[in-house]
Amino acid sequence: MEASKVIHAIYTDDDVLMSAVKKVKAEKHHIEEIYTPFPVHGLDKAMGLEPTRIAITAFMYGCVGLTVAITMMNFIMIKDWPQDIGGKPSFSYLENMPAFVPIMFELTVFFAAHLMVITFYLRSRMWPFKKAENPDPRTTDDHFLMEIAVHDNEDELISLLKGTGAVEINSIDKDEDAH
Amino acid sequence: MEYKISNRLRTGAIILIALGILGVGYGFWDSHHYKTVDDVKELLASEHHGGHEEEANNEHGTEMSHGEASEHVKESYNEEHAETSHGDEHEESASHGDEVEGHEMSHEEHVLHQIHNRPWSALYVAAFFFFMIALGVLAFYAIQYAAQAGWSPVLFRVMEGITAYVLPGGLIVLAIAYLAGDHIFVWMNPDMVDPNSSHYDALVAGKKGWLNKTGFIIRGLIFLGGWVAYRMISRRLSLAQDKSDDNKNFKKLFRWSAAFLVFYIYTESMMSWDWIMSVDPHWFSTLFGWYVFASMFVSGITVIALISIYLKSKGLLEFVNDSHLHDLAKFMFGISIFWTYLWFSQFMLIWYSNIPEEVTYFVTRIEDYKLTFFGMVAMNFIFPLLLLMNSDYKRIPWFVVMAGVVILCGHYLDIFNMIMPATVGDRWSIGIPEVGAICLFAGLFMLFVFTALSKAPLLAKRNPFIKESEHFHY
Repeated sequence: MEASKVIHAIYTDDDVLMSAVKKVKAEKHHIEEIYTPFPVHGLDKAMGLEPTRIAITAFMYGCVGLTVAITMMNFIMIKDWPQDIGGKPSFSYLENMPAFVPIMFELTVFFAAHLMVITFYLRSRMWPFKKAENPDPRTTDDHFLMEIAVHDNEDELISLLKGTGAVEINSIDKDEDAH
Repeated sequence: MEYKISNRLRTGAIILIALGILGVGYGFWDSHHYKTVDDVKELLASEHHGGHEEEANNEHGTEMSHGEASEHVKESYNEEHAETSHGDEHEESASHGDEVEGHEMSHEEHVLHQIHNRPWSALYVAAFFFFMIALGVLAFYAIQYAAQAGWSPVLFRVMEGITAYVLPGGLIVLAIAYLAGDHIFVWMNPDMVDPNSSHYDALVAGKKGWLNKTGFIIRGLIFLGGWVAYRMISRRLSLAQDKSDDNKNFKKLFRWSAAFLVFYIYTESMMSWDWIMSVDPHWFSTLFGWYVFASMFVSGITVIALISIYLKSKGLLEFVNDSHLHDLAKFMFGISIFWTYLWFSQFMLIWYSNIPEEVTYFVTRIEDYKLTFFGMVAMNFIFPLLLLMNSDYKRIPWFVVMAGVVILCGHYLDIFNMIMPATVGDRWSIGIPEVGAICLFAGLFMLFVFTALSKAPLLAKRNPFIKESEHFHY
């Protein structure tokens, strides 16, 4: 169950943020979320996030694209109407394959790229007209925000965060319907 | 870290050389069994025609083929194609009616030439293969300097070690080309450009402004001179940088590298026309230079990776981490695909338009070299594509070694497919002469490379990027 109360610790430097994350993790507190204006190298590792599997999906989408290309051209050019076009050998797929390779390649790339992007949008819940989930607009400019759930340990958490170089610490009552 | 070539390695290399010399010697001895056309007639009569690959070794096979008659039809058909490889392109000579007379060569004589060409070609293919590895590494080294790469300086000494083979390797290739003469390069036969000779070939004669022995040797020496000069200058500056207290040497090396790359891309292209494309003097392809470049580049990078892994396993490269390996493997992966792109572009354009004067090149290869021609695509493309795609696998040494060995074998076959169809036609095989030549040059390569590696510390000390490189992390 998600905590109804969270602490927002705000930092102004990514190095300070990184050491704060390590400290908080060492104290075994659960970090709900971190908002940063730009990618902070190594943050995912420090937070202990699992590596992404999007490359694996891309590989599979590419295989789908290749299959689509082969089945399509095999049906159209070889099975359905094997016309003699400029002397190209349309007796079997293999015999005429070099001519199909550019399309096979492009469709592989097309499927891999586009489906991977769509997967990314779905998994990270991004779409037009989506309401921005931004706890503090400054995090899109030059501030870093760490959100930590409170489980009856507010004072202890606040004193811990103060020691990590946070410039601002806010206790927030989370609206349960926000998500 | 100092490296000293181990006795075991040196002995191994010397054994390889000795075995190689035996193999090469056997190849020459074996082929010179056939001195006259009559010997070949006997051979052809006794041959089992299905197994062309074994023919050269299997001189006195006793079995008579039941399909003899039909096989003879095939033989004469093959002859037409094989003639292409001797520069007697059938379609073209047919259009020059008066020349057809000059191209009459009995089938047996033709086979005799192919048999005699084989040990030379085997030697040449292997010599060029190992030379091109060193040259590819030299280009990679210059690119790393010119691009001021931050990850690779810890590998510079390994690269410098490998490029030590450029000079001996290049001289050997030139020497073989010179000595082999028309056993490899038909245009080196003076009869071909002599209008009064029965071997006169108008097409070859038309190219004699470029394709003549003197020009070939002079150009070869200029190419080699430039490459070796850069190699020596870069090595000297790189060692001087270790001892200096400013970055003057590094800056000089940066400029030399940029200049070398300009020189290299021109000379490499011309070298590929001279040393490889001219084995088929009737055929030409515009992207051939790039294609050969891709082959040498990926082989070179693979050898850098293999030698780095070897030295690291000895504990001599502790500053090389798996991120360096990852980067090398990415290069192996990427350039393998680049090679395939060029291979396919060359093949597909010629296959698609199917112009007789160009397409014979691939006709002979697909008819007589199906296995090596398509096998090499699998080895050089599909294998590294699937093996090295995964990011984690690129950091596992034995995985990279496995992929590297396949890539190297694939690129040997690549060179094999460039030379052999033109010289031995359908009488090819990968037997004692070929393996012997590979052993010989592998041994020489190892000897030169590891001796050069033991001449300098394995870490370039004062390279401005060395700190970054030591802490390189991907």
